[in-house]
Amino acid sequence: MKNINSYSLKAAVLLGMIVVFTSGCERNLSGDVEFATYPANPEVFIDGFSGGLNYFPFGGSKLDAFSVDTNVKYLGSASMRFDVPNVGDPSGAYAGAIFPDNGGRDLTGYDALTFWAKASQGATINEIGFGNDFGENKFLVSLNNMSISTGWTKYTIPIPDPTRLIFEKGLFWYAEGPEDGNGYTIWIDELKYEKLGTVAQPRPAMFNGEDKIVQSFIGSNITITGLTQTFNLASGQNQTVTAAPAYFTFKSSNLNAAKVNEQGVISIVGSGTAKITATLAGVAAIGSITIESLGNFVAAPTPTRNAANVISVFSDAYTNIPVDFYNGFFAPFQTTLGGANLNVNGNNIIQYTNLNFVATEFKNPTQNVSQMTHFHVDIQIQEAIVPSDFLSIQLGDFGPDGAFGGGDDSSGTVKFLGSALSSNQWISLDIPLANFALANKNNMAQIFFISADGTSNNTPTISTILVDNMYFYK
Amino acid sequence: MNQRDQFKPEMHKKLWPRFLAAGMVAIILSCSDYEQTVTTLNQLVIQDEFDTNGAPNSALWGYDIGTGQNGWGNYELQYYTNRPENVTVKDGFLQITAIKESFNGSAYTSARLLTKGKFEQTYGRFEARIKLPWGQGIWPAFWMLGADIDTNPWPGAGEIDIMEFRGQQPTIMLGTVHGPGYSGGQSISKSYELKNDRFDTGFHVFGIEWGKEYVNFYVDNVLYNQITPADVPGEWVFNKPFYILINMAVGGSFVGSPNSETVFPQTMLVDYVRVYK
Repeated sequence: MKNINSYSLKAAVLLGMIVVFTSGCERNLSGDVEFATYPANPEVFIDGFSGGLNYFPFGGSKLDAFSVDTNVKYLGSASMRFDVPNVGDPSGAYAGAIFPDNGGRDLTGYDALTFWAKASQGATINEIGFGNDFGENKFLVSLNNMSISTGWTKYTIPIPDPTRLIFEKGLFWYAEGPEDGNGYTIWIDELKYEKLGTVAQPRPAMFNGEDKIVQSFIGSNITITGLTQTFNLASGQNQTVTAAPAYFTFKSSNLNAAKVNEQGVISIVGSGTAKITATLAGVAAIGSITIESLGNFVAAPTPTRNAANVISVFSDAYTNIPVDFYNGFFAPFQTTLGGANLNVNGNNIIQYTNLNFVATEFKNPTQNVSQMTHFHVDIQIQEAIVPSDFLSIQLGDFGPDGAFGGGDDSSGTVKFLGSALSSNQWISLDIPLANFALANKNNMAQIFFISADGTSNNTPTISTILVDNMYFYK
Repeated sequence: MNQRDQFKPEMHKKLWPRFLAAGMVAIILSCSDYEQTVTTLNQLVIQDEFDTNGAPNSALWGYDIGTGQNGWGNYELQYYTNRPENVTVKDGFLQITAIKESFNGSAYTSARLLTKGKFEQTYGRFEARIKLPWGQGIWPAFWMLGADIDTNPWPGAGEIDIMEFRGQQPTIMLGTVHGPGYSGGQSISKSYELKNDRFDTGFHVFGIEWGKEYVNFYVDNVLYNQITPADVPGEWVFNKPFYILINMAVGGSFVGSPNSETVFPQTMLVDYVRVYK
């Protein structure tokens, strides 16, 4: 990758020189200026591979999915043909490949990758785009769920910011699986970069346009997702593509609290609040994330019990059983948000907000805890507690049928009053399983945290908790 | 502005049938020094350069307010106001803004300016330099109505649409005349499409040259249509004073309603309006 970096730098320096020259005296560049440019050939596949173009299928894909078809074509003498396999095809589970020019191309003069395409049936192509070179994929672009029909149609995949593509190797890539279990055929023709001049009204977004607010701690990292660029095309249609972080410029409002790198990874470095925003080619992205850093994180005590005596649901100290979810989002009464979404210095923690009740479920398979004597959990309540508050822990067993319902389920609850709880510090609970008074313990499948009893005179005030080290032991 | 008088021969491409155009490219290239007259009328009568911030010049511009009848006859969805949110002069532009808001029973507000009773003229060159808004269901227009419309109801009074635009077709504008026997869907119209460009990303000049028994339509330096009495299947009513309108409608039969992807607010920027004779 060293070569790439040095080429890019060289190009950037020269571009800088050009700017100085042109803005300085508005004269033409002298013939002595050496341009560090790569071929600007816009063609990828017209009637055959363009110069330098390669083909590499993805590992696990049907390796012979791609062929050149001289019978079916939109224009000229040939098209690209992609045979998507059936489910169960021994030659590969899906069709997918990259078409790079490893010499690199200068695509700054274009605003879109365009092609004509049709398929043997109506279908939705999972991913199709450019910028995939089996390397850094720095400027990866994906058009997701592209609808394709049996008639030749022209498609436009806009370039989020063409000025970034001074040395692009990944000219085209796609990945598509069977449709409803069945394979089919896609044809693509006249695949090339174009300067359409009608790719307009850019509306970049982060977190798909959502303004997120999260609490976190020093040492944790958050990766920005949902990075997209949307353009309005000449057809009047809006076209949204997923764009790599490198197209964006990220900014933190408070570098003492959080920093963000060019890969879109936020590092929480201090206490306080920081809002992370982004621009793409000078246009502000919609969406943001506001991080309320609560400062240094004190981890829950690391469990020391012998793993042989433990069935662990959630702990970095043990190998955990398979868990279906840490928040079932049970509609319509549940308000609880969050789940196992905190990672502070490698320590995974569950954070629930807006708690009224929430369930962790592990039914694939259910767990036989009949030989265990206790349930352990570490809880931190991140707010003031009044004596009338409570937090209940409920265990649910699915009974001999191993499934929810069926008349053989049992559950039991242990309730802790506010007067017995404390704020902003880890509370380690070791509860005898006998206290839950369960009819069965052979098909344990659920752990609930409950802070509201559903009566009208009860408003849950314990709303934000951290949870760690949930396990059964003997 | 003197250079506007004479332009390259784009007119040929536009006036010839499409099927001929391809074959004619070579000829056009071979006569590229030929210059076509796009405009001829150069004596300035009025101009508004929109250089004074605030409300538009009340000596020239009035307003239509409300929803008219049946959404101004087109089932348009906006409520027209003269509030500064919807119409103002700022930074050298007349800014007409369509807002998505609940207002007096309508879901959108916008503005419609007109020179009725303030400036009316028979014949001349009418042009404006405009950057258009965009999106499904957005319908801006720069147009004219016969000044006798109160006693000679539409379409008898006549209408000249110097520019109409569908926000969902960002590369295409239309120039049209309506009159008795050729109004609405039977109007005499022609579209003009930009190649490798669109109307919502930069300013374009939209104009007509209107004389006795002709209306010439142009965009920038391209004369793309001429309409004469021979082109209309009814009475030629373009021989009396007309006034100017500039507006941005939302929804209506011409464009359809906005959808979830239509971005609001939308602003139409008018750099100038000039009339010559």
